[in-house]
Amino acid sequence: MLAAGLDWSIFLQPSFDQSGNYLTFLLTGLKWTIYLSVTAWVIAFVFGSFVGLLRTLPNSLCVALAAAYVELFRNIPLLVQLFIWYFVFPEIIPVLGTWFKQSVNPLLQQFIAATLCLGFFTSARIAEQVRSGIEAIPKGQRLAGLALGFTLLQTYNLVILPVAYRIIIPTLTSEFLNVVKNSAVASTIGLIELSRQSQQLGEFTSHWYESFIAVTLLYGAINLTVMVLSRYLERFSRLSGYIGGRH
Amino acid sequence: MISIKGVSKWYGDFQVLRNCSAEIGKGEVVVICGPSGSGKSTLIKTINGLEAFQEGELVVDGTSLNKRGIDLAKLRSRVGMVFQHFELFPHLNVLRNLTISQCRVLGRGRKEAEENALKLLGMVGLEAYCRKFPAQLSGGQQQRVAIARALSMDPVAMLFDEPTSALDPEMIKEVLDVMVDLAKNGMTMVVVTHEMGFAKQVADRVIFMDHGSILEDKPKEEFFGSSGSERCQQFLSKILAH
Ligand SMILES: Nc1ncnc2c1ncn2[C@@H]1O[C@H](COP(=O)(O)OP(=O)(O)OP(=O)(O)O)[C@@H](O)[C@H]1O
Ligand SMILES: [Mg+2]
Repeated sequence: MLAAGLDWSIFLQPSFDQSGNYLTFLLTGLKWTIYLSVTAWVIAFVFGSFVGLLRTLPNSLCVALAAAYVELFRNIPLLVQLFIWYFVFPEIIPVLGTWFKQSVNPLLQQFIAATLCLGFFTSARIAEQVRSGIEAIPKGQRLAGLALGFTLLQTYNLVILPVAYRIIIPTLTSEFLNVVKNSAVASTIGLIELSRQSQQLGEFTSHWYESFIAVTLLYGAINLTVMVLSRYLERFSRLSGYIGGRH
Repeated sequence: MISIKGVSKWYGDFQVLRNCSAEIGKGEVVVICGPSGSGKSTLIKTINGLEAFQEGELVVDGTSLNKRGIDLAKLRSRVGMVFQHFELFPHLNVLRNLTISQCRVLGRGRKEAEENALKLLGMVGLEAYCRKFPAQLSGGQQQRVAIARALSMDPVAMLFDEPTSALDPEMIKEVLDVMVDLAKNGMTMVVVTHEMGFAKQVADRVIFMDHGSILEDKPKEEFFGSSGSERCQQFLSKILAH
C-alpha cells in the first residue's frame, strides 16, 4: 500500500535552493557527513591515543590529568559541547574568536565547530579504549621491552602499541560508526550534513517517506563500507594463534 | 660483576627485600630458590633496574644503580633477562624478535643483526623456525628463542626468572640444556629456579631466600650437604620430594 504511494521521481526534481536536484542535494549532505566524521575521527584517534597512553604511564600526574580529560569530555552532553564550541568559544576567546566570527565563511564555521566538538568528545572514548587495549597486554611484555634496553617510549612504540591497537580494532570501528551517527547533531547548528538535508527535503517536498528511506540507505551504506574495511584490516593484522593478551 | 650490598625494598608498608647482600663474580652461576612470595623475582628485577630499591647499594658491571640519572636503558641492554612466560613479541616473527633490539638499541645494521640472530638460533637449535611467529612455537621453543633474544644483545650477565616453571615437563630439559651450555661457556648467570638438578650440575652457589631475606648463600656442595638452616632443609625436602 505504502510502496505504491511512493514517488521516487522527486529525487530528480530541482531542489529548492537551486543547487541541483534532490539527489545531489542529499549527496551534498552525505559528503559533509563523511568529511565531518573522518576529520573528527582523526582528531579523536590522535588525542585519544595520546591521552589513553598517558593514563598507563608510571607517573601519577600524567594519569590524573588524563583521567580529568576523559571525565570532562565524556560527561558533558554532546549537544551542550557543540553549543559551547559554536556559540560560546567564539565569544570568549579574544582575537581568534572575533576573527572566526567575522572572517570565516559560515559553512566552514559550522564545520570547524562540529569537527572539534565531535573529535574531542570521541577522543575521550577512544582514550578509554586505548587504555584498556594497553592494559590487556601482559605486564611482562613491558618488562621484556625495557629489559632489552628499549626506552619507555620505544617499549610503547615497538612492543605494546602494535599489539594493543590490533586488539581494539573492533571497538575503534564501532567508535567510528558512533561518530557517523553522532555527526547528525551538527544539524542543530545548521551544518548541511546528511540528516539535515533529508529533513529539509521532507519539509520542502512533503515526501517524508522517500526522504527517510533514502537517508537510511545512505547511512547504511557508510556503515557497511566501514565494516568491510575494518574486517579487512582485522584479517590483515591478525596475529596467528594469539588470542587477547596471552597465547 | 654484580654486587648487592644491604638492599632493602618496600611496597608501601610491605617490605619485600630485607637487607639482601650477595656478590656474583664474572662467570659465576648462582641459583636462587625459596618459597613463593619470598622476593626472588623482585631481587633479580632490581639487579637490572626494572624495580627501584630504597636502601642499600647495587653495582652491576661497574655501574652503580644508586647514582641518580644513570642510563637505565643502557644498563639493561647489557644484562639479559629471561622470563617465566617467555615474553616474545607476538606481532614479530622469531627473526625480528631477535633483531629488533640489536637494531634499535645497539644500532646494528639489519644484515649484521640477522647474521647474529641466525647464529644464536642455530645455537638453540631453532634456525629453521626463524620465519615463524611466537604463537606457532611450543613453550620450550619459545623459551629457547627468548634466551637467544637476550643473548643477541651480547650481555655481560644473564638473569633467569623461573625459566622452566611454565613449561610442560617434556620441554623443561630442552631449555635446561641450553642453559647448561651457556653456563659451561662461562656466562655469568643468576637463575631463579626450583630445578635442583640444574643447580647441582652447573651452579657455583645457591642462595636461599625467605620473607625477603637471603637466609643462605653457599657453594652448592655445602648447600646440598645437610648443614643448612632448618627452614631451608624443610623447603628443600618439599621441592625435592616431587
Ligand atoms: N607491585 C607489587 N605491589 C605490591 N606487592 C608486590 C608487588 N609485586 C610483588 N609484590 C609482593 O612482593 C612479594 C615478593 O614477590 P616476588 O614476585 O618477588 O616473589 P617470588 O619469590 O618471585 O615468588 P614466586 O615464586 O611466586 O614468583 C610477594 O609477597 C608479592 O605479593
Ligand atoms: Mg617470581
